[in-house]
Amino acid sequence: MSKLQRRIQPGQLRELVLIFLIIMMMVFFSTQIENYFSPRFFNRVSTSVALIAVVAVGQTLVVLSRNIDLSVGSIVGFTAYVVGQQLAHNNELAPLSVVLMAVGIGALMGGLNGVLVAYGGVPSIIVTLGTLAIFRTILVEISGAQTVLTKDLPQWILELPQRNMFSMGGLDLRLMVALALLVVIVFSLLLRYTAYGRRLYAIGSNPEAAKIAGFRSQLIVFIAFVLSGALAGLAGFMFIARFGNITVVAGLGIELESVAAVVVGGVSINGGTGTVFGTLLGAILINVLEQSLIRWLSISEFWRDFLLGFLILLAVATDSLIMNRIRNLWAQNTLQLLAEPAEAGEFVTKGREDNGS
Amino acid sequence: MAHRFRRLISWEGFLLLMLVITIVLNSTLAPAYLRLDNWINLFELSIEKIIVALAMTFIIINAEIDLSVASVMGLSAGVIAWLHQAGVSFPIAIIVALAVGMLCGAFNGFWISFAGLPALVVTLATMIMFRGGARVLLEDHSVGDFPEWFNLMGQQPMIGPIPLSLILFALFVIIAVVVLQYSGFGRYVYVIGNSKDVASYSGIKVRRVKMILFTMSGFVAAVAGVLYAARLGAVRGDTALGFELDIITMVLLGGVSIFGGSGSIYGVLLAILIVLNLRNGMSLANLTGHLQTGAIGVLLILSVLLPNMATYVRSTLDRRRYARLPQETAV
Repeated sequence: MSKLQRRIQPGQLRELVLIFLIIMMMVFFSTQIENYFSPRFFNRVSTSVALIAVVAVGQTLVVLSRNIDLSVGSIVGFTAYVVGQQLAHNNELAPLSVVLMAVGIGALMGGLNGVLVAYGGVPSIIVTLGTLAIFRTILVEISGAQTVLTKDLPQWILELPQRNMFSMGGLDLRLMVALALLVVIVFSLLLRYTAYGRRLYAIGSNPEAAKIAGFRSQLIVFIAFVLSGALAGLAGFMFIARFGNITVVAGLGIELESVAAVVVGGVSINGGTGTVFGTLLGAILINVLEQSLIRWLSISEFWRDFLLGFLILLAVATDSLIMNRIRNLWAQNTLQLLAEPAEAGEFVTKGREDNGS
Repeated sequence: MAHRFRRLISWEGFLLLMLVITIVLNSTLAPAYLRLDNWINLFELSIEKIIVALAMTFIIINAEIDLSVASVMGLSAGVIAWLHQAGVSFPIAIIVALAVGMLCGAFNGFWISFAGLPALVVTLATMIMFRGGARVLLEDHSVGDFPEWFNLMGQQPMIGPIPLSLILFALFVIIAVVVLQYSGFGRYVYVIGNSKDVASYSGIKVRRVKMILFTMSGFVAAVAGVLYAARLGAVRGDTALGFELDIITMVLLGGVSIFGGSGSIYGVLLAILIVLNLRNGMSLANLTGHLQTGAIGVLLILSVLLPNMATYVRSTLDRRRYARLPQETAV
């Protein structure tokens, strides 16, 4: 037991639980749906995960710092529309500059959130609830309720969703999926190995302590919001490629989907714990569930949202239940190794109270 | 006298000033604004949201949040329509709808207070779930043809020029003020919002209070959903979609801290009046719905940012003054 403990940390166990849940779900649906594991299904899930995952990675950074970014949906819509409009006007724009433009606009909008939260001292839920409305309003005003149409867009961006990195036995790794994976890997490394990433965790688990330790909390939180905005901008670019037609309501509700992916992925809404990989698993879980429910013939399409909401709740509840049990076991075992049995008992009850709260 | 004055410079004083400015601006903008029927109309247009905002005040002061209220409104409206379609007598349909709302609230409360999950997560999931429930009941059609008296209840004045919904709102306001500001239960709500641990160590039954609050929130949302169905005369699966943001905005604008423990019903009432008048004034000036939402977003941010900046400026000035002091009083 103790050997196993040293190998696997509680956080990693949470990810294993998630993977287990995803596999169980797929096994269940494969008995229900004929020809469940088709390449087409894989592609559909992976492209819809890709877009949400990119936004959710940004959301992870913000949530880790004990904040929340509810404006990402509006940022995705805004960048998708504005960049799409530029592309429609000028088909000659180079792909790289288009991506940079989307990321840049997103980062600017995230920067506004960041300034208000980090330097203005306004709670993030208030700021981003406000900018959620403000960004959408600006979009509606500048667009004059016009729609960016697929036929005005250049060919390369419309073909982008079908582009493959490589195929393997009918399973394609789409370019956009690869892009999302790259984002996940880069930000995983950033959080795990850079000083910035570790400080983000420190601020999230105890803002006062982080301040006393001399971290530049304001700058760190500001950067988290800028990165979240930039990733939402990147998702805006992916949105153009995936949907082509862009209306003023583009990206509506993505903020909730990204928060759902983050919390299902085990990132604590109170900051300080969770990983980007967990968020990716959360996004996969939700999307597999959604796409499977669409194909599940024995229920009408109207049951989908009801079941989705219920299963998200169930996933989070099982996760927290299992994690609390495991953490207690952990504490028990560690303390038994460290202390006398009588003392260990005392400590364990204390640990249990902490976990319960 | 001095503390009276101090109270006026508080958050409520600031809101009062904002309200006066809005009213003055509006009345110069359109002469019709100050007429009684315009005022009743301005309340009626978002009466359902402001009723739910009262319940939301309790929840946020208690350091929780309920994102599912709009979905509960939609679901309870859906239940009425569905039962009516199935031929159930209408008063029974209303009672069942209210009971369903309470159950939804209790469902939230169970996961939050007994399973210990964060309210943001639970109500995010139930927001999707209850909305799904409304879609299951109504699929994609719109159900109308309610009895005449039900539609009249939502659309016609009841006492003098005042419709039933406004009377209910006034009733809820009185209950909310008494319970939150003057009862023991109200004190518990504040104490738990300030610190859950302190509250439970002082013997307050934290779980029970939270359970009651969420059940109440579900019930109030169901009442609002029924009123909305009566006012519109038809219900669809997406009835009341997205109302939660407006509701939460009103509460936060009213000076209720998102971290719980502070704020009052009075502040929220002032914020409600400001939002309603601002929207009404902008409509009178021919500014569309989206601009109104944007303006309220700006207002929400400024309402917290400006006091923060004032505090910052004051503390900087103080620091400068203290920096000069030692030269004069130096030993």
